[in-house]
Amino acid sequence: MRLSLRSVDKSFGVTRALENVSFDVRAGAVHALLGENGAGKSTLMKVVAGALRPDSGSLLLDGEAFDPTEPSEARRRGVAIVYQELSVCPHLSVAENILLGVEPRRFGFISKRAQNERAARALSPLLRGRASFALDATLGSLAAGDRQLVEIARALAAENPRLLILDEPTSSLSGDAVARLFAAIRELREQGIAILYISHFLEEVRQIADDYTVLCDGRHVQSGRVADTTNDGLVMAMAGRAIAPHERHPRERGEVALRVKDLAGERLPLAANLRLHRGEVLGIAGLVGSGRSELLRCIFGLEQASRGEVSVGNRPTAGNPRRRLAESVGLLSEDRKGEGLALGLSVSQNMTLSKLSALTRHGLLSATREREVSQHWIARLGIRCRDGAQRIAELSGGNQQKVALGRLLFHDVDVLLLDEPTRGIDVRSRAEIHALIQELAERGKAVLLVSSQLPELFAVCDRIAVMHRGVLGEARPVNELSEHDLLLEATGA
Amino acid sequence: MKRFLVAGRTDFVRRPWFGPLLALLSLYALFSFISPQTFLGATNLLTMARQTVVVAICSLGMTYVIMLGGIDLSVGSAVALTTVVVARALQAHAPPLAVIVLGLTVGGLTGLINGTLVTALGITPFIVTLGTMSLLRGAAKGLSDEQKIDADPRGIDAWMSMPEHGLLPPGVWIALFAAIVAGVALSSTVFGRHVVAVGSNEQTARLCGVPVARVRILVYTLAGVLAGLAGVLEFATLTVGDPTDSIGLELEVIAAVVIGGASLSGGQGSIVGALVGALLMTEIKTGCTHVGLPNWVQEIFTGAIIVIAVALDRVRKKPG
Repeated sequence: MRLSLRSVDKSFGVTRALENVSFDVRAGAVHALLGENGAGKSTLMKVVAGALRPDSGSLLLDGEAFDPTEPSEARRRGVAIVYQELSVCPHLSVAENILLGVEPRRFGFISKRAQNERAARALSPLLRGRASFALDATLGSLAAGDRQLVEIARALAAENPRLLILDEPTSSLSGDAVARLFAAIRELREQGIAILYISHFLEEVRQIADDYTVLCDGRHVQSGRVADTTNDGLVMAMAGRAIAPHERHPRERGEVALRVKDLAGERLPLAANLRLHRGEVLGIAGLVGSGRSELLRCIFGLEQASRGEVSVGNRPTAGNPRRRLAESVGLLSEDRKGEGLALGLSVSQNMTLSKLSALTRHGLLSATREREVSQHWIARLGIRCRDGAQRIAELSGGNQQKVALGRLLFHDVDVLLLDEPTRGIDVRSRAEIHALIQELAERGKAVLLVSSQLPELFAVCDRIAVMHRGVLGEARPVNELSEHDLLLEATGA
Repeated sequence: MKRFLVAGRTDFVRRPWFGPLLALLSLYALFSFISPQTFLGATNLLTMARQTVVVAICSLGMTYVIMLGGIDLSVGSAVALTTVVVARALQAHAPPLAVIVLGLTVGGLTGLINGTLVTALGITPFIVTLGTMSLLRGAAKGLSDEQKIDADPRGIDAWMSMPEHGLLPPGVWIALFAAIVAGVALSSTVFGRHVVAVGSNEQTARLCGVPVARVRILVYTLAGVLAGLAGVLEFATLTVGDPTDSIGLELEVIAAVVIGGASLSGGQGSIVGALVGALLMTEIKTGCTHVGLPNWVQEIFTGAIIVIAVALDRVRKKPG
């Protein structure tokens, strides 16, 4: 066996990301690692790549103990990883990128000739049957697919490459580039290298992988040969539970509050149509990277639309956040810390930022009014903090998220665009936020909810639409849907 | 009552300008002890206040710019250009009030240029204002034929001299008034809150509908107007238009703002702090002179104060 995992455990605080995971990866085979969002795939690959250390359990590489303390050590042992987000230096050349950190030196100088030879050797299996690109081209001038090949070549530039980990390598590639990538992967397999291939796309897994392992909630569910299984079987294993259709009573649906017609962004989404009614929660399911967040951001005007219309009320209007807020549309950002909240500011400052006009008296902000507003929402949403003056960075994730939601409630928007509102927060806050969303819909608000948690979508939505590779499917009532259908549709199987 | 006092006191101690203020007062005590005849007196306090006016006014604008996450290296050149424009206008017999308005307008225009370039072209403020620093300096030299320009100040000089009746020169009152307006605007207006929000997290500000570009242009323009005001007062002090005046002023101003507790990454800063910072630097200069220390000691001392002030602020802010 090339790589063996034996009872690997890893926890972050109280969350158990990996629980007693054991499986084997053969040399000269492509091994697909499957699972829903949050199943533990990323944690697992980081453990193998040396970016994280397991709490307990052991790893064996070609039968020898393998316990890298950092990625560079794993790389020396021939284990390399290519992350989903490409990490290349755009200002350096192809050759310089490939040998970054392992530059051939002579007396402290980089040997240009040796560098080019080694870079060419690392690239050659990846370029079978297609035109090469210049080793001295700067990375910034290359297409995404070629940049990825350079990054894979960097992984192969180690002395003795044994295991290559690819994290969702096709998520940002066009069809052509995917075909070239697969050709390169097959070539590496021929050379006896093991490839751990992380993907959501079952079609892809069928094309390229020999073996598979399914993770669910951090636990190993099953492993085997891809040829011996069906898509249905894999989906069932990924969901990790018996899937039954959910029964729900529809709410009173009002007039159309938001209409999106043939909307496309600069990159994503490719095409989206939807009608969101008052008194309705419309869910958007789909894989990470399928364009769900981009859809919300295009609607809100944080990203440029390249085509299509968004109408709030009767007329289509061009989007920018300021106008949308004036039209009573609010967005809850998926990136709570980077965008949703200004971490340096206080609870009350964050809560009131979008509607400071409600706090002014004679042109000056009223500290009293600000305190009243924050006190009201802190009590109303059960935010656990000292007072409104506390810095938001000191709050827990769940309470931070409630402040971000509180901002939309204080602004009193009619249409709420919620992007992963319960990501990374505790169970109690999650339940509270679910109840809040239901209550808002009952009060006639319109909610568009993006979530990677299927149970969450089924718990709060009236209708659900699936986003697959940038295209939004038709919204259907939840009682006509099953998690199974959604997973199949989302994975394109 | 007792509880209120305690709470009030801790609150006071937590202010970013508390440390620099302590340094300001203890240095004052120290210099006064060493040189009681010359340093302690009211005359010296007045001199120091007058010497601080230009840096202090510029530091108000710089506080806004730095809180926004930007920087303005062109203030020194803008001040020099304003003195030249003011002198030229006086030579042309323009009425004093018009001259003053012209000075503020010239300053405001330099800021508008900075703000527009930063916003429209997306170039980092350091580079943009490095460019305009040289550009405005060149313009000042061109406009003055590289000479000092003598002009009859026609009363403008009175702004920086001691009045017959009254406590302080008008220029000092103007600086104080400007500081109060700037401080209140920063802490209690929508505009001030927007400045803090953009500096703290531009993404969040955009998400909340803050007109980020407008706020940015306005801040640079305001900083320019304040540089223009400083330029008029600089002319009142010098009574000549001097194209080579105020070289390196921008660094003193930035130092004052940073000593006062501002963070160059934005979102943090204080008007009171900037004033204390400006005063502290004047105090070191004057004090060292009074005590008889050579110029190089002053410079080392000033440099050390800047680094120590910021280092202490870091230590104080560390959690736990």
